[in-house]
Amino acid sequence: MSMSFNKLLLHAGVLLVGVAAPFVFPAYTSQIAMMWLMVVFAMTWDLQGGQMGYNSLGNIFFFGIGMYICTIVQISMFVDLGDYTAHSGSARLDLTLTQFLTGLGVGLIVAAIGAMLLAVVFGWIVFGLRGPYFAIGTLGVAIAAGELIGTWDLVGGGGGISLPPFPGEADGTLFYYFMMLGLAIATFLFLRWLYTTSFLLAINAIRDDEEKAEGMGIQTKRYKTVSWSISAFFLGISGGLFGNMIGFVEPLEVAFPTITFGIFMVLMALLGGKGTLWGPIIGAILFHVIKEVTWTYLLGWQWVTLGALIVINVVFFQQGIVGWMQDKWPEKFGIEVDDPDAAEKETA
Amino acid sequence: MFDNIALLGMAPLLNVQLLLDGLLIGAIFALAAYGLALVWGVMNVKNLAQGDFVIMGGYIAVVLANNGIHPILGLPLAAVVMFIFGWIMYRTIIRRVVERDMFTSLLATFGIAIVLAQSLNLAFGPDVQVAKSGFETMSMFGGNVTISQAKLIAFVLAAILATGLVLFMKNSRMGQAIRATAQDARAAKVMGIDTDRVYAFTFALNAAICGAAGVLIAMVWVIQPFFGITHSIRSFVIVTAAGFGNLPGVIIAGLGLGGLEQFSGFILGAEFQQATVVGTLIAVLLWRQIQQRRHRQVVE
Repeated sequence: MSMSFNKLLLHAGVLLVGVAAPFVFPAYTSQIAMMWLMVVFAMTWDLQGGQMGYNSLGNIFFFGIGMYICTIVQISMFVDLGDYTAHSGSARLDLTLTQFLTGLGVGLIVAAIGAMLLAVVFGWIVFGLRGPYFAIGTLGVAIAAGELIGTWDLVGGGGGISLPPFPGEADGTLFYYFMMLGLAIATFLFLRWLYTTSFLLAINAIRDDEEKAEGMGIQTKRYKTVSWSISAFFLGISGGLFGNMIGFVEPLEVAFPTITFGIFMVLMALLGGKGTLWGPIIGAILFHVIKEVTWTYLLGWQWVTLGALIVINVVFFQQGIVGWMQDKWPEKFGIEVDDPDAAEKETA
Repeated sequence: MFDNIALLGMAPLLNVQLLLDGLLIGAIFALAAYGLALVWGVMNVKNLAQGDFVIMGGYIAVVLANNGIHPILGLPLAAVVMFIFGWIMYRTIIRRVVERDMFTSLLATFGIAIVLAQSLNLAFGPDVQVAKSGFETMSMFGGNVTISQAKLIAFVLAAILATGLVLFMKNSRMGQAIRATAQDARAAKVMGIDTDRVYAFTFALNAAICGAAGVLIAMVWVIQPFFGITHSIRSFVIVTAAGFGNLPGVIIAGLGLGGLEQFSGFILGAEFQQATVVGTLIAVLLWRQIQQRRHRQVVE
């Protein structure tokens, strides 16, 4: 796909903002890193929810499982995991920079692959389910995972487990920022490429009519599983990174926050316009800004506001921002916004 | 864990105790699940706020009990309040999602669930509460098995409410209209049934059922603003296992889930309670899938 000048400019502009942001707003580095995490969430959710029509409420499962795998690898590469969790609180694992980076690198790779494998296993279980059963089933998997890990003492149980701190004087904020940014860019580039292949046509066919797609000879189960594994891959890495960024992993609030991050994913993709390349990104950025503002100024009422936002979004504005723009200016769309795929496809 | 199983083998009366507790509480689960089956079957709306309606009913009972009104007298009051609340919910939100795809209703009601849970949290705080009923506990088998009278009364009330509902659905004009709409909304409309009104009534009735169930839950158990989601999942487990429109199935599944929770709580520990509910859900979904596999063929 050839890039027009406008598109190139847009990409360069976003990249420039991304790289410059922590230097322009150093106080908000963590918040902006979180924003890129949200972008990864929304994009990977949209691969199922938007493009394939499988509305998962449990994609957060891969985030949490990636976080735990990465943590376990990072710690047990250097000390015995059981000892470490048994002495949690007093034990502090200080590593050299090389050790730390090796541990993190290996941890992230294992987390990504582990999450992918689990996606294949769970895909086998849940992809026979349709519609609301799929949504509820995936929600169940994510809640159950959090509850079960909370009773597993080797990984610290419900009390959680601390990660080795970032070595040296720096607190690593900037390092994790660029890792998150890099992950968001990698996810974006991969999905942009993926959406130019016949894979997109196949999963769109599944969304539009799965029986017919099957009848046309598309191996639906394989496509569904591959699509979920792709999301799991990126979510696994994001989980590993987020655990390190927080420095502490705990099952219910950090690793498997089903009713926060798990629902944010859905909401962000819907807000921006599901089934489009840029929709989830715009939705994630807008949502994160709204969330930070309400968390700051509506303290106590932020959750009520959030729930109301979900209702309003779903009931009155389901096509999302990009979907709305496509409806409004279909002819202008390909020129104004860098998303020819979406313009051709039309809203679902 | 195995010690606990062995203990059950050694003390058979313990089984009786657990089973009794489970069945008594399971009847209330079945009541709430019946409401879900009603809304699901008639309107094709999957109400994820079901559990939060239950908790809301519970808080109404708590407030009334704190003001000297006994929960049993509070029950009709809570049902009426929840009926009105359900009607308002339908007029403002649910009306707009009935005709849409299934995920829309799921997500919209999930949003309602968050708003309700958080508003209750703001109003009453996160502590667990009970509606004091002042009932005694009875003993059987020489004190080895105890039943609280509250549970027994709640069970009887749940049974009376369920019977009343069945009779209402069968004989009343509105009940017939609801069943007609469930069978074929378009045909019902042609026959002169105001389906919009039927939907509003169905949803409000469901809220009232939940409110009543919530009063009973608050009377025999504890309520907390965030327990709603577990109750919602319980209702989903029961309805998915039984299939809607299958009232005996709903009752059996409800009683079964109540019993299962008591036993797993005893054998595995109380911290596994939610995991049990969710695990049952996954097991039920898997079982359904294996069943459906006989009817479907996938390109491999």
